[in-house]
Amino acid sequence: MAELAPIVEMKKIGKHFPGVRALSDVNFRLFPGEVHALMGQNGAGKSTLVKVLTGVYKQDAGEMLLEGKPIRPDSPLAAQKLGINTVYQEVNLCLNLSVAENVFIGKEPMKLGRIDWKTMNRRSVEILKRLNINVDVTRTLSTYSIAIQQMVAIARVLDSSSKVLILDEPTSSLDEGEVVQLFKVIRKLKADGMAILFITHFLDQTYEISDRITILKNGEFVGEYLAKDLPKLELVAKMLGKELSDFSTSPAAGASGAVKAEAKPAGAAVLQAKNLGRRGSIAPFDLELSSGEVLGLAGLLGSGRTETARLLFGIDTADQGETRIKGKKVSIGSPHTAMMNGIGFCSEDRKNEGIFAELSIRENMILALQARMGIFKYLSMKKQQELADKMIQAIGVKTPSASVEAKQLSGGNQQKVMLARWLLTDPSILILDEPTRGIDVGAKVEIMELVLNLSRKGLGVIFISSEFEEVLRCSSRVAVLKDKEKIAELRGESMTESGIMKTIAGGK
Amino acid sequence: MSWLKAFTQKKIFWPLVALAVLMCFNLFFTPNFFRVEIKDGHLYGNVIDIIKNAAPFMLLALGLTLVIATKGIDISVGSIVAISAGVCAMLLGGDLGGVPKHPIAFAMIVAVGVSVLAGMWNGMLVSRIGMQPIIATLILSVAGRGIAMVTTNAMIVWLYIKPFAIWGQGYLFGLPVSIFVVAGMFLITALATRRTALGLFIEAVGINPTAARFAGINAKNILFCVYAFSGLCAGMSGLIVCSTVMSADGNNAGLGYEMSAILAVVLGGTSLNGGKFYLMGSMVGALIVQTLTTTIYAFNVPPEIAKVVIAIVVLIVCLMQSINFRTMISSLFGRKVAA
Repeated sequence: MAELAPIVEMKKIGKHFPGVRALSDVNFRLFPGEVHALMGQNGAGKSTLVKVLTGVYKQDAGEMLLEGKPIRPDSPLAAQKLGINTVYQEVNLCLNLSVAENVFIGKEPMKLGRIDWKTMNRRSVEILKRLNINVDVTRTLSTYSIAIQQMVAIARVLDSSSKVLILDEPTSSLDEGEVVQLFKVIRKLKADGMAILFITHFLDQTYEISDRITILKNGEFVGEYLAKDLPKLELVAKMLGKELSDFSTSPAAGASGAVKAEAKPAGAAVLQAKNLGRRGSIAPFDLELSSGEVLGLAGLLGSGRTETARLLFGIDTADQGETRIKGKKVSIGSPHTAMMNGIGFCSEDRKNEGIFAELSIRENMILALQARMGIFKYLSMKKQQELADKMIQAIGVKTPSASVEAKQLSGGNQQKVMLARWLLTDPSILILDEPTRGIDVGAKVEIMELVLNLSRKGLGVIFISSEFEEVLRCSSRVAVLKDKEKIAELRGESMTESGIMKTIAGGK
Repeated sequence: MSWLKAFTQKKIFWPLVALAVLMCFNLFFTPNFFRVEIKDGHLYGNVIDIIKNAAPFMLLALGLTLVIATKGIDISVGSIVAISAGVCAMLLGGDLGGVPKHPIAFAMIVAVGVSVLAGMWNGMLVSRIGMQPIIATLILSVAGRGIAMVTTNAMIVWLYIKPFAIWGQGYLFGLPVSIFVVAGMFLITALATRRTALGLFIEAVGINPTAARFAGINAKNILFCVYAFSGLCAGMSGLIVCSTVMSADGNNAGLGYEMSAILAVVLGGTSLNGGKFYLMGSMVGALIVQTLTTTIYAFNVPPEIAKVVIAIVVLIVCLMQSINFRTMISSLFGRKVAA
C-alpha cells in the first residue's frame, strides 16, 4: 500500500489530570481508507486519547493536525464540524423516534419553518443504502435490533463532510451475525475513503477488520504497527508491556517474588460448574475449584473474567448449565443464595459495588454476616465491635478505630474491609475480582499473602487479575479466558506469562 | 464541656436549636404562648395544640424517614390518609343515631389494612418493577384521591359516633390521646430498626443499593417493606385526622400532608440522598413545621404570606444544617477577624 498522507496526525500528545498523567508523548496517525485499531489494557489511555481527538478534553502538550492543518477542537460539536464523528459504545439514540428522525436529529431538513418529512425520509433511505441497510425508515427505532441501531448511529454521523469515524467498542453488545453485518458496513465505508478508528477488546475482531494497530500502555505510546506485520502474541505482550524475550524461560518469578503459590495436593471439590453460561455474557464453561486451592482467571480486558465471577455469584443468572457446591446441585439465582451456599465475592468496582462510604468500618465488615443471619438475629454492638476489632487485627487494616467511616480509608484498606466482610461469613469459596486494582504496591503484596494464607487454611479462592504476574504468583491453576470464553486451563510447567499469552494469541 | 461539644456534633442538635429559637421567639412575641391551663380535666394551651396538630405529620414522618433513608420518596401518603379516613368513615356509617354500622375496632383495622395494601402497591412498583419512587407514588397520589372519593361516594361523610372521637380529640393523663399513638409508633419503629438489623440494612440499601445486593442483602424486600410501612403510618394518620374532624373528605383530607412530612424528615437531618436516618430528628422536624404554622397564625398573618414565611424559615434551617454553608460562614467570619 502506498503511504498516503495521514488525515489525522496527533503528535506528542500529553494530558494530565490532578495526580495522574493520563497521556504522555502519544503519537497517533489515521489514514484515509484504513481501519486503525487502538489497543491497550485498562488505564492505557485509549479513551483519553479519543476524548482529546473529539474535543471533550484539551491536551496539555502536543499538537493535532487534520489534513496537515493544526486543529484544537474545544467541544465534541466543534470536532463534528471538522468532520470527526464518534459512535459510542452505549448507543445514544432516541428509541421512541423513527429511524429517519434519529438519522436527522438536530439537523432536520426544514421547509417553510416546518420539518420537511418527505425529504428527511428520502435522504435517510439514501444514507442507509450507502451502508447496504434496507429498513423502513418511518418505523420507530426500538423495533429494530441493536445492530441496526448501531448502523443508524453510524448513518447519523455520515454526511459528505465526515472524514473520520470513531467507533468505540461497537461490537460489545452484538452477536456474531450482527458483527458480520457491522463489519460489512465498516468495509464499505473504508472503501469510500473514510478513516476509521476502531476500539475493541476482542483480539480476533481486531485482526479481522484493522489495517493498522496502535498500542498504548499506561498512557504511553508503545508503537504503531501494520496489522499484518504484528503477530497476535506480540500484540498481547506489548499490551501488557512485556518483551517476548523477558519471560521465554522462567515461570513467573516476579520482581517482588516474596509471594508464591506452592503446588500442593488439592482437597475435595467445593465448587463445580458444568456447562455454565449466559448468552451475550460468557460462553458455557466448565470450572472446578477445590478447597485450599487458588484458581486464577487470566485474560485481557473484556475477556469475560468478571462475567464468570458474576455468574458464579448469582449476580447474573445462568441460562444454561449447572452449579454444584460440595457435590450438591444448587441453583444460584441471587447473591443472597450464593452467600447462603458459602460463596463470597469482592467486586472489582469497590466504590460502586463494594464499600458503603458513609457506614463505619464495623458496619461494612459485619454486613454480609448480618445478611446471612437475617434481620432478627441482630449482632449486639459488643459482638460487632469484637468481630471488627478481631478482623482489623488479623488482616492489618490501618485505622485508629472500627467506627471510622469507610470512605476515609485508602483503597488498599477498603479492599481489606471487603475481604473481612466475607471472611466473617466463614465462606468455603471466595471470589476476588481484581483485589489489587488501584492500591499501592505494599498493599498488593499484603493482599496476595492474605489470599495464600487463607487458601492454606482450606478456603477455595478464585483470583482474578489483569496482571498475569499476580495471577501466576497466587494461583495453583490458571483458567485462561478470551473473547468471553474460557479457552484453556494451565497448570504446572505451562503456567507462565508466555504460556498464558500464547494461549490467548493462539486462537481457539 | 466535652459532652456539650459531642452534643453539638449530633445530627439532632440543629433541629433542636431551630425548635428552641422558634420557641424563644414565641416566648417574647406571642402573648400567652406558653400558658397551659387545666380545663375539663386536661391540659389546654398553644403548646398542647401544637403537639396535637403535629400528630398526623409525625406519623407520616416516621414512615417517610425509612423510605427516604432508602433514597426513595413517598408522595402518596396524603392520598392514603384520605383513603384510610374514607374507609373508616364508611364502615362506621354516617347516620345521626351514633350507632356504628360495624365495630369501631373493625373499621379502624380495615382502614389501616387498606392503607398497608396501598403501601404494598407502591413497594411493588418500586422494588419489583423498578419504577422511580417519585413516579410510582405519584400514581397513587393521584389515583388515591379518586379511590377516596369513590369510597365516600364523593361526599363528605360526617360521623356522630362519640367513642371514635377519642383518637383525635380525647385526652389521657391530661395529654392528647393522639400523642400517645405517635409515641407508641415511634417506639415500635425505633425498636424495629435499631434493635434488629433492619435499620442497618435500610441505610446500606440507601447508600449503595448494588453493594447491598452484592453483600447478600435482599434489597428488594427491604424496599418493599419500607413502602408498606409508610402505608401503615399513613393509614394511622388518616384515622387520627378522621377522628379529629369527625368526618371524611376524599378531596381534602390529608391534602398536602406529604410535603409537610417530607419537610419534617429533611429538617430532622435525614438526607434525601438516602443513608443514615434519624427518627427522633423527624419528630422534632414535624414539631418545627407545626410550631411555625401555629406561630404565623398567632400573628394573624394572611395564609398566602404564611407560606412564604415558612419557606424562608425552612431555607434558613436547611442552610444551617449544610456543612458547606457553615464552613462558608465561618470562613467569612474568620476573614473579618483577620482584617
